[in-house]
Amino acid sequence: MNYIPNFEYRKEMLKEIGVKSIDELFSDIPEKIRIKKLNLPDGKSEMEVKKQVTEILEQNKKFLSFLGSGIYDIYVPSAVKAITGRSEFYTSYTPYQPEVSQGMLQAMFEYQSMIAELTGMDVANASMYDGATAVGEAALMCSRMNRKKEFIIPGAISWEKKSVLRNYAKGAGLKIKEIGYDTETGKINLDELKNNINDNTAGIYVENPNFFGVFEDEIDEIKNIIGKALFVAGVNPMSLGIIKSPAEYNADIVVGEGQSIGNPMGFGGPLLGIFACKKEYIRQMPGRVIGMTKDTNGRRAFCMTLQTREQHIRREKASSNICTNESLCALSTVVYLSLIGPDGLEKIGRELVSKTKFLSDELNKIDGFKAPLFSSYHFNEFVIQSKNDINRIHKKLVEKGVDPGLVLTKQFPELGNTMLCTVSEMHSKEDLLTLVNGLKEVSHV
Amino acid sequence: MFRQARYDEPLIFEIGRKNTSKSERNNVVPEKISRKKLPEIPSLTEPEVVRHYTRLSQMNYGVDTGFYPLGSCTMKYTPKIVEEIAGFEEVNLHPYQSQSTVQGSLRIMYELEQMLKEIGGVDDVTLQPAAGAHGEFTGMLITRAYHESRNESRTEVILPDTAHGTNPASAHMAGFDVVEIPSEDGMVCLKALKNALSDKTAAFMLTNPNTLGIFEENVCEIAEAVHDAGALLYYDGANLNAIMGKARPGDMGFDLVHFNLHKTFCTPHGGGGPGAGPVGVKSFLRKFLPIPQVEYDEKKYYLNYDKPDSIGKISPFYGNFAVLLKAYVYIKLLGGNGLKNVAELSVLNANYMKEKLKKHYPLPYKNLRKHEFVLAGSELKEKNARTLDLAKMLLDYGLHAPTIYFPHLVDEAIMIEPTETESKNEMDKFIHAMIKISKNPLKNYSPKNTSAGKIDEIGAAKNMILSWKMFKEKK
Repeated sequence: MNYIPNFEYRKEMLKEIGVKSIDELFSDIPEKIRIKKLNLPDGKSEMEVKKQVTEILEQNKKFLSFLGSGIYDIYVPSAVKAITGRSEFYTSYTPYQPEVSQGMLQAMFEYQSMIAELTGMDVANASMYDGATAVGEAALMCSRMNRKKEFIIPGAISWEKKSVLRNYAKGAGLKIKEIGYDTETGKINLDELKNNINDNTAGIYVENPNFFGVFEDEIDEIKNIIGKALFVAGVNPMSLGIIKSPAEYNADIVVGEGQSIGNPMGFGGPLLGIFACKKEYIRQMPGRVIGMTKDTNGRRAFCMTLQTREQHIRREKASSNICTNESLCALSTVVYLSLIGPDGLEKIGRELVSKTKFLSDELNKIDGFKAPLFSSYHFNEFVIQSKNDINRIHKKLVEKGVDPGLVLTKQFPELGNTMLCTVSEMHSKEDLLTLVNGLKEVSHV
Repeated sequence: MFRQARYDEPLIFEIGRKNTSKSERNNVVPEKISRKKLPEIPSLTEPEVVRHYTRLSQMNYGVDTGFYPLGSCTMKYTPKIVEEIAGFEEVNLHPYQSQSTVQGSLRIMYELEQMLKEIGGVDDVTLQPAAGAHGEFTGMLITRAYHESRNESRTEVILPDTAHGTNPASAHMAGFDVVEIPSEDGMVCLKALKNALSDKTAAFMLTNPNTLGIFEENVCEIAEAVHDAGALLYYDGANLNAIMGKARPGDMGFDLVHFNLHKTFCTPHGGGGPGAGPVGVKSFLRKFLPIPQVEYDEKKYYLNYDKPDSIGKISPFYGNFAVLLKAYVYIKLLGGNGLKNVAELSVLNANYMKEKLKKHYPLPYKNLRKHEFVLAGSELKEKNARTLDLAKMLLDYGLHAPTIYFPHLVDEAIMIEPTETESKNEMDKFIHAMIKISKNPLKNYSPKNTSAGKIDEIGAAKNMILSWKMFKEKK
């Protein structure tokens, strides 16, 4: 297959340019840094490459897994792939020329609108890289808005998210403070939160449901405690058909990982950073935003707007450095939400709650296990504690072709032998029972 | 003749029926947090959804539609096999799966790192950054960690006035003060650089060829000056397409290099993303790279988290894996020889177009260009029109407009990057249109063959309708 035309016109074009050879076009590169060739194998045919890459990918094993913590195995309807697979969408770029880009612009406006409906916020941007960088951007936005330099997070969030946040906070000199959790309920420790809020608090980030899959049902109380500091709510979008929108507990900014509403897991990327806020904060929001307007003929039209916040206009004074975002993932999400509708979203939420309850009840019956560890309402995941070495139990089950969950002994040694077990919409009842039986068999290793 | 589809396509919210279900909403969650009112997303059938978004796609212009010479964005054609492989079910894995069960993915990542090392002339690569700007930010954090490790307080990052907007924004996000220096004859002014360098300088950021499409001939002297001042030299890889297989940033003296996989390795652009922005470094910076690094012990591939000096994480997992896979497939298809052809033909195409067009539009600075060139639209102004009008007029020919009004140092800038995948025929059509427009540019031009006429962007900023919710409130 040839992807590069013009070999046959080479001579004619060189003549037009007034040079004798292609090499002459590179004469401005100092000789001492020129190379003859790259030390890479020659190109191969499409057939050969496909065969080779298929063989490599077949070394991956996909099996029954109860992993989650932000990335969830979902069913992506074929219609989603059919739309994102339209090359008019995926071979375009940032819609700098709105007159020929109305399709993507309208789709992104619809995406922003749906995120606004889910979260109750007025506006969302057209995507961030992922949920973790969205938290980082939210912390910076809080500090830009109130010029304060401390940002509070729950200690119980994924360590990756914490690490990303710390990197985002570094440049602005933001101090990150961690609040512990209640060891009975798994919810954020309200007394500790109270004691740590002060005049320097720029904002506070709370996930609901939280890292342990527990609903923070004292969320209204949290809002009262934090007073004037800005409230950044972390959402699992799959839960927004059954639990209050962040607007109902008066959050200022909403962030979340949007992979689970319409995108495959992709071994952790590409993902979709959800970012929404109240309209009074729009001018401090990072990222691209699409607005509705009219064309010269008075017809409804769309374009990028409020670009004076962005790097290509404001350079170092921009609200963020983000340029390329995750538009195609946002497109998947808007098509996905259109297909499942509000009822579908509610149904997914309800089923996850009941399946999770079923699984934790069944696991709790096994001698030597406590599930869930925390006495609270759970969404789609829960902590399970074992009397025995959980790492060994985990390893044994993986050998049997079941990944029972994420082992927590490193991040939460105080919880003992625990792991985070996640239920997905892809799990059948048999799948859940396979885990139950598997754990029964290996519980005493 | 170009005619883009023009539907009066309603918003998906306007097609949607009201949610009529009356299912008993007995709570599965505590009353205190239970949602009383379902979100107002539409309730539609699959054919309604598919028709809506198919129509929208027909109102969108991509590389597969036609010529897309958006300067600095490298809008090249993506081989279809690339998309097909990224959709394989074996790619859809949970990032926490045990490493023994994801050997295929780890191998792809490891080998891609090796290939990028060779292409960039660097000693190690992280695949974690999700986009070019994210790579720059990563590079700036590594720069920061490096100077801190030497107990040096360096607070400034220098860049030329031709730099992409992301450069200053990324440096600022990492906590640096930005110092901009003027160019001379379209290249870095060595004198200005030397004046700006001090013991406060953390890094100098440069793209080479620069955004004028000019190769920075003094790059070795630049590197020497930057290193003499104890600072690092950062390579913005947005324009790497021009020199692959001909020269390597590492050999020029760059210490950190980012790659834009969606540009150079055409993964493609996805309507704005996702991309991927791996960062390569020289060996002395290796220990600061984000965790984990993908490594190989001759038996298995594994993720190495044991790096005490690492800056930590920049993305939650290992980067945009599906995008990385596409770049891997692309490099395998082209190989070392093919990548060299890419650079040669992209430069041939750009110089051909430049030569044809410079008689009709002023071409500032010296003659030879790499993969792109910047014309001035100043003569359009004499005819009462602007570069913006030129852009809109080009759209009516079925051609995407170049990047306009960047870089800022060229008056009414028109930045053209044809890429290697355009045929002479396509380029001639574009050249013909440009010449025709130069003779008779029309003021305040509104395109007629596109899905929409000229858009009222000022009205958009003034009225601020950014969601269905805000739209309903305005009504």
